[in-house]
Amino acid sequence: MSNKGSVLILGGRSDIGLAVAHQFAASGHPILLAARNSQSLEAEKKDIELRHGVNVSLHDFDALDTASHGAFVDGLGDLPEIAVCAVGVLGDQFENEQNTETAIEVMRANYEGPASIMGVLANRFEERGSGALVGISSVAGDRGRASNYIYGSAKAGFTAFLSGLRNRLAKRGVHVVTVKPGFVATKMVEGLDLPEKLTADPKELGEKIEAAVTRGKNVIYVKPIWAIVMMIIRNIPEMIFKKTSI
Amino acid sequence: MKLSGWGQFPRIDCHVTAPRTDAEVAAALTKGHAIARGNGRAYGDSAASAQNTVDMRGFNRMIAFDDATGQVVAEAGVLLGDVINAFLPRGWFPPVTPGTKFVTIGGMIAADVHGKNHHKHGTFGAFVDWIDVMGADGTVQRCSPTENADLFAWTMGGMGLTGIILRAAFRLSKVESAWIKQTMIPAANLDAAMDVFEASGEATYSVAWIDCLSAGDALGRSLVMLGEHAPRDTLDLEKRRRPFDIAAKSKRSIPFNAPSFALNSLTVRAFNAAYFYNGQRKAGDSFVDWDSYFYPLDAILGWNRIYGRKGFMQFQCALPLDSSKKGLEALLRATSVAGQGSFLAVLKRFGAQDSRFSFPMEGYTLALDFPVNPETLALMKQLDQITLDHGGRFYLAKDARMTPETLRSADPRVDEFLNMRAAAGRAATFSSAQSERLKL
Repeated sequence: MSNKGSVLILGGRSDIGLAVAHQFAASGHPILLAARNSQSLEAEKKDIELRHGVNVSLHDFDALDTASHGAFVDGLGDLPEIAVCAVGVLGDQFENEQNTETAIEVMRANYEGPASIMGVLANRFEERGSGALVGISSVAGDRGRASNYIYGSAKAGFTAFLSGLRNRLAKRGVHVVTVKPGFVATKMVEGLDLPEKLTADPKELGEKIEAAVTRGKNVIYVKPIWAIVMMIIRNIPEMIFKKTSI
Repeated sequence: MKLSGWGQFPRIDCHVTAPRTDAEVAAALTKGHAIARGNGRAYGDSAASAQNTVDMRGFNRMIAFDDATGQVVAEAGVLLGDVINAFLPRGWFPPVTPGTKFVTIGGMIAADVHGKNHHKHGTFGAFVDWIDVMGADGTVQRCSPTENADLFAWTMGGMGLTGIILRAAFRLSKVESAWIKQTMIPAANLDAAMDVFEASGEATYSVAWIDCLSAGDALGRSLVMLGEHAPRDTLDLEKRRRPFDIAAKSKRSIPFNAPSFALNSLTVRAFNAAYFYNGQRKAGDSFVDWDSYFYPLDAILGWNRIYGRKGFMQFQCALPLDSSKKGLEALLRATSVAGQGSFLAVLKRFGAQDSRFSFPMEGYTLALDFPVNPETLALMKQLDQITLDHGGRFYLAKDARMTPETLRSADPRVDEFLNMRAAAGRAATFSSAQSERLKL
């Protein structure tokens, strides 16, 4: 029904991943949803197909099993035009301070896994000479804070990785978008008391991401206010910052 | 979390859970006092429970569509607008729609909503093939007119008090275009408007906007709007080529609550007069796109804020046919005398309705909006009494302040409803702020 390029969603079970899938599907892009145990996403597949009249396929993908990432991309058949990485876990900062094992899991899920798969896709896209890679990072990566620095440090790594990738691929026809969503009303933050004005809904995020791909934007905050908030947070001198609790 | 209905009155501090699976809904029910909430478009306190409001918007997936019959299967939190967006381009439209597309399917069933075609097609419930309802013990029953028929019948218009609607199958109607051929007929007063309705029984859609501040011989002067889905070959060439495309509209929104002096009898009078004269100029036929025809107010997001922080209430009653004229005259006179102009006043002919607890009855329905203040509260009590005197009843989806006594005087079906509630642990498990206020 359309000849638009396909969009691969890594982390296709997440609220953000699904919102991005709906957004691109509504514009006529076929969708590939990748997640662990992907056949359990049958209802989401059907929902997207019914609403938007595009094809949706399901693909098993384990972000932490980095050795499998090359084979995963081979198994997709045609290389997608756009890939969006919405993989990540928030984790429990307090628990992770006490437990190295769970802390490392958070680091791997937010940095190692996403960077690995984006690296594999980057090489394929570069070879083809086209495409867009979208990485969902976080404002938490802009500066380490006591309340979430384990998650934040991994996101900081991912942000730097995406920045470097963009630099490398800028002349090769491949565009890289870094997304720093701020608060988004998803399952991941259910039960947290988030300030309404700073909180985006996943649909808003999906719209911003599609627009960023279409218009070739590099780094986006979803709610513009976050760009200001984070600029202030980044610029507080360390001597003062270390005594704050933000 | 503070919740209110569309009227922003009352505001209730509610404990809210947002389940995504049947098991999570069942877990929420164990606390009791549960009420399902959809997109918050009931006007009053129907979908809020201080102890246990169950936000069903996470149940938002479409499950199946049958292109031969037009049957959609969807989770209860799917929005009507999303159904239209998905299926109108394929030539299907909801057989019954309320005045906003921002309602959930579950909410439409719980309130058994009606539209401008009630006189011809009845309520939405008439097009529901089956529903999955979770009872007090967490088990799910598939209900249809032939299977668990009692529970099915009580759930249509049962205001969520029979259980949690999880999923539904309902039929869409085939249409040839996204356009409505509208015929606008100015009516000098209530008599004339009712004559138009009685002569227009064959029209698919009919509704009248009333200038409720007019008095004397002009009492009830109206613009009656008839509508038909436009067959493709009646459209101009441009539209015929792409019959389901309408131009994307810019959305306006009311970003904050207007100060309460913004709406007073003067501004309302001016608006009503301008609307009427403007409408008279447009008398006759025109093609209107589906969004503007069915959902004119949806184009102004947050229009409820024009009434200010204190919120507003809607009064909607149905009157039996034989007392409609007298009853409507009395209602409009009381409103006109009180000078409490309603920004939006809508009159509509209802057809016959056979249901356990749904609102419509054969006759006429009148809906009036009022800002919340002591004068309008007093006026609405007066309107209650006039409705009772003429054998009418009230729409629970609009109600925020009725007394249990008024409800019982208006509706002899309450006793049977309470018997149903007493069974299967329903009364203990399911309740809303409204059901507690009305002792349902």
